[in-house]
Amino acid sequence: MSAKDLRGKVAIVGVGTAGCGEATGFSELEILAQAAKAAVEDAGLAMADIDGICTANLSAAMWPLNVVEYLGIRPKFVEGTNVGGAAFVAHQTHAMLALAAGLCDAVLVCYGSNQRTSTFGRKERTAARNLLDHNPYEAPYRPFNPPSSYAMIAARHMYQYGTTRRHLAEVAVAARKWAQLNPEAFSRGPLDVETVLNARMISDPFTVYDCCLVTDGAAAYVITRADRAKDLKQKPVHILSNATAAWHRSVANMADLTVTPSKESGERAFAAAGLGPKDMDVVQIYDAFTINTILALEDLGFCGKGEGGPFVEDGAIAPGGKLPVNTNGGGLSCVHPNMYGAFATIEAVRQLRGTCGERQVKDAKTAVVNGNGGNSASSQSTSVLATADAL
Amino acid sequence: MDGAPDQGAEAHYRAALNQGRLLIQRCESCGKHVFFPRSICPHCWSESLAWVEPKGSGTVYSTTTVRRKPDAGGDYNVSLVDLDEGVRMMSRVDGVPPGEVKIGMRVAAEVIEEGGGGLVVFRPEGAR
Ligand SMILES: [Zn+2]
Repeated sequence: MSAKDLRGKVAIVGVGTAGCGEATGFSELEILAQAAKAAVEDAGLAMADIDGICTANLSAAMWPLNVVEYLGIRPKFVEGTNVGGAAFVAHQTHAMLALAAGLCDAVLVCYGSNQRTSTFGRKERTAARNLLDHNPYEAPYRPFNPPSSYAMIAARHMYQYGTTRRHLAEVAVAARKWAQLNPEAFSRGPLDVETVLNARMISDPFTVYDCCLVTDGAAAYVITRADRAKDLKQKPVHILSNATAAWHRSVANMADLTVTPSKESGERAFAAAGLGPKDMDVVQIYDAFTINTILALEDLGFCGKGEGGPFVEDGAIAPGGKLPVNTNGGGLSCVHPNMYGAFATIEAVRQLRGTCGERQVKDAKTAVVNGNGGNSASSQSTSVLATADAL
Repeated sequence: MDGAPDQGAEAHYRAALNQGRLLIQRCESCGKHVFFPRSICPHCWSESLAWVEPKGSGTVYSTTTVRRKPDAGGDYNVSLVDLDEGVRMMSRVDGVPPGEVKIGMRVAAEVIEEGGGGLVVFRPEGAR
């Protein structure tokens, strides 16, 4: 069996989000459960039908146990791979295999975080993680991570290819323009390139607008085999392929700061799907920082290496541009509760269902989702999704 | 191998650093230098890693200024430095304001005492 044999064999049949933005007073399990219930109901299934689960979390080491207990389910397939925010895209391969093998019939992928409003705040969480997952070769230099690592990636890209801060700002502005069309987006106020450039610097060359939001939010989606999907409530969105590449942990061990694992995951995902970048109607990229969008456009093959900056000029990835990228507003302007992979997936599903209202990409039949994980584009996972008529 | 064989690579590296010496590893099987210190070579997976003292000279591969309010200590530099032996490490460049550290800048390593032990930092080449 090869990755091609799994092409289109499973479909995303239900999606749900909850607590996006601020979920003051709610725990992460509470909003996760709300999103899970919404996704299951969206599919026209019952929670009792869920017999497989994929979930991960940045604090709890045995998080799938917390989740199965909370949801009151006893799944036959349990998957807790954590490669950072790309996890909820990477889980798709494991779900595809389990479903195709008949180990289970309905897999729930779910995530939730209340990082913005939790009383046990972001500072404490970061300190605790640094203690439990100590890196003696980085910690003494106090990089403000993740921004500092991605900032050095951006600085190198600028040095090698002439990418400018203005190019980075174009990415932030495009994301905001999409967010303005999305009533569920967290940041919808006006934003222009000059404002991005003149904003408070976080870690050079990044200002606060080059960095993703810090919000709460939960997301969940349900995957079944394609034969079952066609009889369910929603228009199925088939997973043509998913591929994950994991290359390193810390930025000092990233071989070339201008080339990300998407180069590998994208090639494998497109090959298995039998499609290429030119065939994609919609693009969802995990934009933890503005440089991520540029790097992913290059590494997935939408443009050549080093051409990502000029590629995004003049609103090219904004509404009305040549390529619809991050149509929900992305992690930069829509929602970013620490790990964003499930949200990118859900926006692709909504686009392919045609339910995106004002921001709907006309006749969207194919989408690529690119997850990003770790402090320095450490892991990435690429999926190609399609409607039944693009199978 | 110099140093105690009953000690892991990380502890050996740390002990040398605390004595003011920067050591990196060189694989006796594939000839490549290795950093950070490991128990097996990440290139050919041999266990024959020998400790060597690098020349200490290198080039800034990338850099950032971490912004911090003046009353919290002010801005500081974080850099990735490629040693001439071909390994990369996170560090910082001292001796110039953080904003003046540039990619491509030639730098020299120095082991200072900070945080209760030895720490590798760099200075612009010829600055001392
Ligand atoms: Zn070797």
